[in-house]
Amino acid sequence: MSAPDQEPVEGGIVAEVARMTPEERAAHEAAVAEVVAPEREIAVAVGDTLLSMEDVTMRFGGLVALDGVSFDIRRGEILGLIGPNGAGKTTCFNALTGVYRPTSGQVLLEGAPLGRRQRFQITRLGIARTFQNIRLFGEMTALENVVVGTDARHRTSVLGALVRSPRHLREEREAVEKAMALLEFVGIADRAAEKARNLPYGYQRRLEIARALATEPKLLCLDEPAAGFNPAEKDDLMGLIRSIRDDGYTVLLIEHDMRLVMGVTDRIVVLEFGRKIAEGLPAEIRENPAVIAAYLGVPDDGTA
Amino acid sequence: MTTTPTPAPTAPPRAAGLRGLRERWNDLPRWQQWLWLVPVVALLYALPVLNPPLITTEPGTNFPIALFDAARFALLAIGLNVVVGQAGLLDLGYVGFFAVGAYVAALFTSPDSMVWKIPYLWTLPLAMIVTMLAGLLLGGPTLRLRGDYLAIVTLGFGEIIRLLATIVGPLKGQVGFQAVGRPPGTDSTGQPLFANSDGTTWYWLVVTITIVVLVLVGNLERSRVGRAWIAIREDEDAAQIMGVPTVQFKLWAFVIGAAIGGLSGALFAGQVGFVNNQKFDVPTSVLFLAAVVLGGSGNKVGAVVGAFIVSYIPNRFVELAGYKYLIFGVALIVLMAFRPQGLLGARQRLLTYGREAYRRLVGRPDQVASDDPMTAQAAGNPGGTNGGPVR
Repeated sequence: MSAPDQEPVEGGIVAEVARMTPEERAAHEAAVAEVVAPEREIAVAVGDTLLSMEDVTMRFGGLVALDGVSFDIRRGEILGLIGPNGAGKTTCFNALTGVYRPTSGQVLLEGAPLGRRQRFQITRLGIARTFQNIRLFGEMTALENVVVGTDARHRTSVLGALVRSPRHLREEREAVEKAMALLEFVGIADRAAEKARNLPYGYQRRLEIARALATEPKLLCLDEPAAGFNPAEKDDLMGLIRSIRDDGYTVLLIEHDMRLVMGVTDRIVVLEFGRKIAEGLPAEIRENPAVIAAYLGVPDDGTA
Repeated sequence: MTTTPTPAPTAPPRAAGLRGLRERWNDLPRWQQWLWLVPVVALLYALPVLNPPLITTEPGTNFPIALFDAARFALLAIGLNVVVGQAGLLDLGYVGFFAVGAYVAALFTSPDSMVWKIPYLWTLPLAMIVTMLAGLLLGGPTLRLRGDYLAIVTLGFGEIIRLLATIVGPLKGQVGFQAVGRPPGTDSTGQPLFANSDGTTWYWLVVTITIVVLVLVGNLERSRVGRAWIAIREDEDAAQIMGVPTVQFKLWAFVIGAAIGGLSGALFAGQVGFVNNQKFDVPTSVLFLAAVVLGGSGNKVGAVVGAFIVSYIPNRFVELAGYKYLIFGVALIVLMAFRPQGLLGARQRLLTYGREAYRRLVGRPDQVASDDPMTAQAAGNPGGTNGGPVR
């Protein structure tokens, strides 16, 4: 997954991988995937409902941003969430990652309601996200950004960190290992030592994904991860999203780019004006008259 | 001390030269860095005895006492840097914690106070505990505020502490407490080792404590605690969504900063031997902040350098002391225009095993330095306009 436009840094991991024999490289990539793969116990089996939105309504004053939206996300799938501008995709996203609390209805993760938990607790429960407008920790290096994600699973106390307790040292070592593997996995290891704000745009997008994966989520939510990408970069990203799913993650994807959505998702939910208007396989969605109407508009009384 | 970026932090901030020096320093193996620090630390300890010409503050100010002043200022700046530089919480009332520490030392050792007496050295940990509680008391209800709002509340806190010292009878207002305690011990002539008139032993004590605090704060920085602080400073909402319990870690920053400030206050009270309500006003608090911003907010060595400058210059050039606020004000404006990240710039290492990791990933042991002023705006902005809305 290493980006093509970048000179490999001399002495770095990218150059090292480039020097490997094919067998060594395969072994190395397997080792990386091994570290990246989630180790967490998940209560539901592959294909069963991991998260469900139950009749979720979001009101902001008089504005109804979501109106009784219900759908399930099944473990191991890539679910696409699409809709025209202002359809409520991001609101839906914020409701299920705990940024907003639904006005009515509820969100269930593995059958248990998220309730009034704080956002950091929801992350620890296993829902991670990226941001539509990139929100990295700019003054931290790429590696440090990812390690912040791993901290969501760490148990070291302030006192333990102060005296460098054995648990602290063990967690630090594991966190760095995991973060390094994640950076390689998303293909930006060659610039691990640079501050996030100095990274190129594409690297920042990938870093957001790595940071979210570091929290060991059961569900990874990507909010328009391909925004601003050219077609080649979008293809790379599709490959990355697939390999994330293949590694055992469940992915929720908001995306405008139809080619990307149709190409990578297993199922699609379509929103319009805060309501769910369709749900199904990509091929079904493509043929769905309500969806076509929402995107292309309907002729007035057939006169057009 | 392992994260000290430069061996001679007082070097002028010529960006290119400093960066070259810094890179060479960072490429040294860690044991060599420690080895280089030995003579630097030895020189620090020898300073009051050497009393070198040009550097000395005499005849204007007793040199060892000037050094003690600089050292306790540096200790305090390290604490304030945790709050302002690392966690990005603009604290304008930090002098309040300093005052609480000084009053704890005075109350429990001065014959003027009605409280029962304990040995002076015991008041150091006690001062830390009391200031930590004060930090909890202030931070608990207020840390939900952000940016300017927090600054205003902390400003009020500093004033409340000072006014309490004036109004509350047993704290004796301007009359204050005489003969605050000192560490035990006398020299061969029967003089106390830690005299109010001689700063040398006090200076050694504070330098030792400062080194210990630097190491401990460095440990915190290279852990999930330091990472949480920087993440909060950079983007509080994103930090919380990435699983950082932000309120908890902001409170820790406040409490740890408060404890270090209180420790510095107790040492100050011991050396001067007298505490009243006159030394804990808002300008002092702003001077503390100036030290941190001057040296480089978010860089603990920078905070030490800034503190040294802010405390040393009025002592060295006594004729200028009356103008110190003017001078530091102008200096800060010039600095903000040309080097907004401060003399050393924000700099933190947040990984215990970062060197090994970077060496494996990119072939060199350190993060890529990029301190050009164009991109360093965030570092020079201690208030932390962190993008999120004010709640």
